[in-house]
Amino acid sequence: MTFALARLLPGNPARLIAGARADADAVAAVRERLGLDDPIAAQFATYVGNVLQGDFGHSIVTRRPISQDILTFFPATLELVIVAALLSLVLGTLFGVLAAVSSGKPADAGVRGLAVMGLSVPDFWLALVFQLIFFAMLGLLPFGGRLGTGVTAPEFVTGFMTIDSLRAGRLDLLGDALNHMILPVIVLAIPSMAITIRVVRTSMLEVLNQDFIRTARSKGIAPTRVYRHHALRNALLPIVTIFGLNTGLLISGAVFIELIYDWPGLGRYTANAISASDYNAIMAITLVVSIAYTLINFLVDLSYSLLDPRVSLS
Amino acid sequence: MTMQGNVTRPQRARRELMSSILRRVWDFTRSSGQATLAMMIVTLVAVTALLAFGAYVADSHLTAFDPLKMNIRARLEPPGLEHWMGSDKIGRDMLSRVIAGSWISLSVSMAVLFVAAIVGTTVGLVAGYVGGIVDEILMRITDLFLAFPALILAAAIAASFGGGMLSTTVALAAVFWPWYARLIRSRILSLKQQDFIAASRCLGASHTRLIFSSLLPMVWPLVIVQATTDVGFVILAASGLSFLGLGAQPPTPEWGAMIFDSLTHQPASWWLAVFPGGAIALVAIGFNLLGDSLRDYLDPSLGASEAGV
Repeated sequence: MTFALARLLPGNPARLIAGARADADAVAAVRERLGLDDPIAAQFATYVGNVLQGDFGHSIVTRRPISQDILTFFPATLELVIVAALLSLVLGTLFGVLAAVSSGKPADAGVRGLAVMGLSVPDFWLALVFQLIFFAMLGLLPFGGRLGTGVTAPEFVTGFMTIDSLRAGRLDLLGDALNHMILPVIVLAIPSMAITIRVVRTSMLEVLNQDFIRTARSKGIAPTRVYRHHALRNALLPIVTIFGLNTGLLISGAVFIELIYDWPGLGRYTANAISASDYNAIMAITLVVSIAYTLINFLVDLSYSLLDPRVSLS
Repeated sequence: MTMQGNVTRPQRARRELMSSILRRVWDFTRSSGQATLAMMIVTLVAVTALLAFGAYVADSHLTAFDPLKMNIRARLEPPGLEHWMGSDKIGRDMLSRVIAGSWISLSVSMAVLFVAAIVGTTVGLVAGYVGGIVDEILMRITDLFLAFPALILAAAIAASFGGGMLSTTVALAAVFWPWYARLIRSRILSLKQQDFIAASRCLGASHTRLIFSSLLPMVWPLVIVQATTDVGFVILAASGLSFLGLGAQPPTPEWGAMIFDSLTHQPASWWLAVFPGGAIALVAIGFNLLGDSLRDYLDPSLGASEAGV
């Protein structure tokens, strides 16, 4: 799997590192220093060896080791992604169930319309529009960043602003941090919420059409209880599957959202690396993010047998 | 003698085919409110894009302004009677740029889906039909592409190709083809078990004949429906890459690039971002609705209420 993930990595050529204006000698020196004259296979082996030791090389933008950059910036993104993932899961399930149980009625049409909108509107555009409305027009929420200007951040312990503020016992900082999280989290959650709505709706409808639901209803069990205990439990597998796949969407979305809301996370770091053609950083991020993504989806696979005893892990 | 008598038989056949296609399109358009809305949006977008392309080829423009012509004196003007969507930081008319951008976005997504559908269908067909070790290898390669979050992979590929429209197309096709491969493979696997395939094989049909005259006609509607829904997603992804500076390069009036350009003028000059983004959203909504209603229309067994994802 690691080899598979690293497949793309040898694709980054040499010339970029020396810079566009470097003369031939400088380029040759860089090539020699980086071992780029070695055969591809040897280069690849060196790279894999370094990566396994946690060494991704240096970033051109920050001039620091990339592994250190990732450790600094990743928590900020995780904070956004985790909250957005939970929000989209909860809201998506609620709306999806609502649409399924009122199938064909106005509520269903409304939720479906909402889902199509959520899937179709570009998130970077939505981020800008929300910024316009809530910051520029209404003045309710901050423009961006993780804390207000002039506020000193709490000591970097976990990298999660909310937890670090709590740890420092600064409730004012916690409030400020949460206030800064509202817009990015909402915008980030919308596309994955839309997908969750559609999946929940489809899988609920499938379950609701089955005989045991009719049996349960005819035994006189209240509809809400049937929906919660009989139908939703049986519709859970597709929901957790899409939850895992959505994390990919959230991580991709974070690139745009963090750039617009000036959120100092891995997403903004990625956007900067792309615009500076910082190939080492781009490859490192791709690798780290994919490992995280694969891991989450692996955990989702493991959860199947927990949620549904009929599924056995073989 | 009537007019009918003068036309040759191939001509008449072609005319009948045309009218039957038109009738089916009309029938589909009226099949549901959603389909009507979708066809209206998509037709509007398609006509705009065709006209804009025609104007581009003729080195002209549809609107009163040239989408590429600077006018420093009229820079950053808010929407008004002269510039309906305002003007950008070097005084180019936004409406002209949004219209000129339509054919760029649409043609990129057509190219991406064309490549993705052909590669994906071929891989899926071969994997499903041949089976065994070939299937195993092809599907592992497919999984490999699915192991990355889509946009991150596309950005990495586009960046290593150096950006630009062509690398955007390649990168997005690389992200989208695995879905077609999986879709087609699962369909082929179930079709292969069916009696009519066994019957043709018993009658001595060759592999080529089985694939091209029995299996392909059964799977291509799936590909069309999937591709229709995907147009919206590809446009979103392509404008996302442009937004990151990987797609269209200035001064090309690409919607995502226009929004990125506007970042330094936010939130004062709101029109710079709102209109191109609205255009992206409109196109994506249109194609998403079209894909959904096409699925309902072509596969009534699902029932109108069950179309999802």
